[in-house]
This record gives sequence, structure tokens and C-alpha cells, in this order.
Amino acid sequence: MEQVLELKNIHYAYHNLEGETPALSDISFALGKGEFVAIVGPSGCGKSTLLSIIAGLLVPEKGLIKINGKYLRESTTNVGYMLQHDELFEWRTVYNNVILGLEVQHMLTARTREKAHELLDFYGLKQFERARPSELSGGMRQRAALIRTLVLDPDLLLLDEPFSALDYQTRLNVGDDIGQIIRKEKKSAILVTHDLSEAISLADRVIVLSGRPATIRQTIPLIFDPPQETPLARRNAPEFKTYFNLIWKELNTDE
Amino acid sequence: MNNLSKEQQKYLLCQRKHKRIVRISRILILLSFLFLWEFTANVGIIDSFIFSSPSKIALCFWSMVLDKSIFLHIGITLYETIISFFLVIAISVLVAVALWFSVRLSEILDPYLVVLNSLPKSALAPLLIVWLGATKTTIIVAGMSVAVFGSILSLYTSFTTVDPGKVKLIYTLQGKKYQALTKVVLPSSVPAIISNMKVNIGLCLVGVIIGEFLAARNGLGYLIIYSSQVFKMDWLLMSIVLLCIMATALYSLINLLEKWCLHRF
Repeated sequence: MEQVLELKNIHYAYHNLEGETPALSDISFALGKGEFVAIVGPSGCGKSTLLSIIAGLLVPEKGLIKINGKYLRESTTNVGYMLQHDELFEWRTVYNNVILGLEVQHMLTARTREKAHELLDFYGLKQFERARPSELSGGMRQRAALIRTLVLDPDLLLLDEPFSALDYQTRLNVGDDIGQIIRKEKKSAILVTHDLSEAISLADRVIVLSGRPATIRQTIPLIFDPPQETPLARRNAPEFKTYFNLIWKELNTDE
Repeated sequence: MNNLSKEQQKYLLCQRKHKRIVRISRILILLSFLFLWEFTANVGIIDSFIFSSPSKIALCFWSMVLDKSIFLHIGITLYETIISFFLVIAISVLVAVALWFSVRLSEILDPYLVVLNSLPKSALAPLLIVWLGATKTTIIVAGMSVAVFGSILSLYTSFTTVDPGKVKLIYTLQGKKYQALTKVVLPSSVPAIISNMKVNIGLCLVGVIIGEFLAARNGLGYLIIYSSQVFKMDWLLMSIVLLCIMATALYSLINLLEKWCLHRF
């Protein structure tokens, strides 16, 4: 399978005057094209740090990252990053929020504008284009945030607990919704979460991290037979419980 | 509007009554104050030479309108205040942006800003007169000196307290620091900039009046000092009333700007 992302022996530590806090230790994995990987681990173990490194916001102290076969520094591949909160700007309309990335990257053309309109239309936000973010429901806001990422046509999507700020019911719906959008657009994605059922219902593979400093404890491929179409259907499949218990046990074993 | 329930109508009625009472009380206080002042001055309870009276102030104002001298004084003070106000806003936004760009610079300059901000600026006015002469420039600089340091500090604080998640978003979209400034920090600081303006317009007026006390040949501050020296209390009190009106008018202008911004952003 063609590799979108390759991480080799990534080390990272945070420094302050009191000393250093190792966050990641010897992390290596690869992500195939169109693959959806979930990363779970105890809270504060460095999951978000890992995403920040892949996005190029932090530079690892050791190790190398390749995206589409090129080193991260030289790579021109767009990496989309969805944060915990939607971070929509209240002083912009929904449409202007969606084109923020295009604006920042100087990619605003008639064609990309058209694409933004199409995506908003396709995902049911057309009548809210001129609305302010505060007029949208939590789920619609998250969808607008996803469109803001998708309109840049990223080869790789990083999702940093994007549903954790939502209430439970919305969270299930939005999780399913966004999971299916990502499948439909055939994006490769990495989802960081502490919600095991979310990870199992969305991903092809779950990577379990240990506590700080994070190392990869185990990688568990998720195979559903017959393959389930939607995240919600997965939750009802018999394998769901098996995987849940397996990952739960893996998270809770002492080293 | 006929389908409002009885309780809702009653509530609305109550609210309207409350508003009316507030408005009428305000006017009554003003009128009774003016009346008492005029009355006691006329019957000799207070000395109208020292305390003046509303009618004398009005007459004095009218005579200065007729010889057009009042427009010069108001115009000069207004001009100096507005110039120093705009300079303060421009300088403090620029400096706050520079401080925001460089954490090191802001740390280096921090003690200087704190000292300059807590210094009583009226102490600078005599110095400015020696350095710059008794000119309009001196008065404008005096007006600025009162407001500018506090303004820089408060703008810088509001810049640094912008939601870090929103700044991070710009970086995840592969934006640069400059874009974090223009797309996030400045737009989300618009309310802070406007409330900063509200404070500054008052402070600039204070500085300009101090400057005019010491180094002017016209302007309301000059009028106040001059009339106190020659015991023309009508002039003095009239100038104070005009200052009240001017300060209120300038403040309301910024309120209008705020409403317009709220509508836009």
C-alpha cells in the first residue's frame, strides 16, 4: 500500500527551567493511503504532541517524518488539522470562516471559492453561508470546521479529539457524520481520542500508547466481518465489544 | 401585537413606567439644581460674584458667541484633543503589535513602560514647555503623554490574551505569525481597542487641559486659568460646562463607533 505518512523513532521532550518532561519516546508507525488510524492512550500521554509534530508545529528532537515520501520540511503536501474546538471566528460569516485557510495560503481563486460553496452545499450548510457561527448548532459548527479543512484538499487529516467538546448525543451523531465524510472523500486520517468506542467505530487500526513518555504499546487492526458500512452499525456489531475489551485491557495493564 | 398575554402587557407597562421615572428624575435634578443656584444667587444667599449663576453663564456664553471668540477656544481645545487622541491610538497599536511580535522586546521594555505609566504625567508638562516651547505641539504631546503608556500596556495585554486555540488554528492552516496578527489578534481585539479609545479620549482631554493651563494663549484650559486669575467666574464656570459637553460628545462619538463595529463584526 502507498504510504502517506511515515514516522521513524520520534523523540520529543518539553523543556522548562525546572527540568525536562519527556513526552514521546521512540514512536514509529506508517499510514497507508486512505487509511484511518486512531491513537488512544491515557490522558496527558503526549497524543496531541504527536499530532503537532506531524503537522510541523513542533520539531521532534530525534527521528524523522516523511509525508508522501518527502521529508516533512521539504514536503508541500497539505496536512489538515482539526482541533478540539471548532475555533470558528465570530467576526466572520460561516462562508468566510470556511475560506480562512485558502486566504492564509493565498489560494483564493474563483475555482477554490466555488469548491467552498459546493462543499457547504453538499454538507447541508448552504443556507447558513452568511450566518454567524453562533447561529449554528454544535454539530453544524464541527462540520463547518471540517469543511474549512477539506477545502484545502489535504492528503492527510489530523483529528485532535475533535468531538470532545460536544455533548454526548451530538458527539455520536457528529462522530458518525464526520467519519463518513472522511471515508467518502477518501482521506487518510489520524484520530487522537480518549474515547475507545469512538476509536473503534471509526478507525481501521488502533494504536495504543503508554503513559508518559508515550511509546507504542500495541497496534490493533480492526476487522469487522461482514464489513460494517457506518460507525453506528459498527457499534452494534459483535466484534465491537471484543475490541473494546482488548483495548481497555491493553490501556490498563501496568508496565 | 394584540395577542400579548395580560401578564406580558403588565410587564411591558411596568418597564415603560420605570424608564419614564428614570428620565423625568434626571431632568428634574438638573432643573432644580439650576433653579436653586439661580434663586439663591439672585436673593443673595450665595455671592454671585464668586459662584456666578446660570443666567450669567448663559449671558456670558451668548456674548462670546456674538464676538465669535468662544469658537476659537472650543475649536483649539477640540483640535488638540482629537490630534493627540489619534496619535495615541496609532502609536499604541503599533507599539503593542511590535511587543506582541517579540516576546523578548516586551520583556526588555516592560519595566520602562511600568515606570512611565505610573509617573504622574502632569509633572512632565513644565519640562515639555522648556523643550518644545509654549506651542500647540507641547499641548498635543502633553495630551498624549497622559494616555499613551497605559494604552500600550492595556492593548498589549489584550493582544496576549487572545484565545491560543484560534492562534494555533492559523498555524495549523500553515499561516505565519503575521497572519495570526491580521486574521486573529487584531480582529478579536476590536472590542478591547474600542474600550481603550473610550478611556483615552478622556485622558487626552485631561492632558490637553493641563497643557493649556501652562502654555497656551487660547483654548478652554487657558480660559479657565485666565478667568480664575482675573476673577471672572462667569467665564470659568462656562468653560467647565463647555468641557462637560465636549467630553460627553466625544465619548458618545466613540459609542457610535462601537455600535457600528458590533453591527459589522
